[in-house]
Amino acid sequence: MPRLSVWLVRTALIYLASGFTFGALLLFHKGVPLSPALWQLLPMHIEFALIGWTVQLAMGVAFWILPRFAQRPIRGNETLAWLAYGLLNAGTLIVGLGQALGAPPTLLLAGRIFELLSVAAFATHAWPRVKPLGA
Amino acid sequence: MPTLTRWFIRTALIYFVAALLVGVALMTRLVIDLPPLAGALGPAYFHLLMVGWVLQLIIGVAYWMFPKFSTEQPRGYEWLGWTTYALLNAGLILRVISEPLNAVQPQPIIGWALATSAVLQWLAGMAFVANTWARVKEK
Repeated sequence: MPRLSVWLVRTALIYLASGFTFGALLLFHKGVPLSPALWQLLPMHIEFALIGWTVQLAMGVAFWILPRFAQRPIRGNETLAWLAYGLLNAGTLIVGLGQALGAPPTLLLAGRIFELLSVAAFATHAWPRVKPLGA
Repeated sequence: MPTLTRWFIRTALIYFVAALLVGVALMTRLVIDLPPLAGALGPAYFHLLMVGWVLQLIIGVAYWMFPKFSTEQPRGYEWLGWTTYALLNAGLILRVISEPLNAVQPQPIIGWALATSAVLQWLAGMAFVANTWARVKEK
């Protein structure tokens, strides 16, 4: 597994553990009330589970598994993929934590734009790798 | 494909169908009158899809395809994988039963069943992360 995939997948696992923890607290609270303030965790539960875990895992596995090139760099433009990693995590943290902490809407918008730019960078990286074997 | 992966993926496929059936029930109540319980199935629908289908499929495939843990234990601790399977499914089934019931007729025993489902699923998630972490490594 290449280094960037290790970073993407391990970061995704951290988001899974965090997202599961927030979700478990919310579900426990639904059955046995603990504190109404726990509902502030809901946006982080959703953001971490969907973007931080699911999307990031898919990117990590795609970077690892998609067809490689015959000549170096065998995985194409890795800089774009590293940029995608940075932007995705900045965006996920800003949107998840920002919603929970009541951050200003412009900051939340910036977080979503980071996520968009991340996906655009990753798609640009991956596009030429979606090819027949040996091409 | 390892036995545990087959269990994860086949169970995931069952949840996939179950989730879509619940989705149909949620829409049906917009057309004909159904008991109030049907209206409380929204969270169950979403989590049957995302935990029962998507997450369980990912866990099954990751257990099968991720880099080997070691020559002796290529897939890490197999007992931890089975523990993940058992906890995740026990927790999810308990949730799908107790969450709508808790919404329409809350009772302490149903509330505790829901809280127990949260603990079971959380333990499953931690067990999966613990068994997978060391397999995510450079070649």
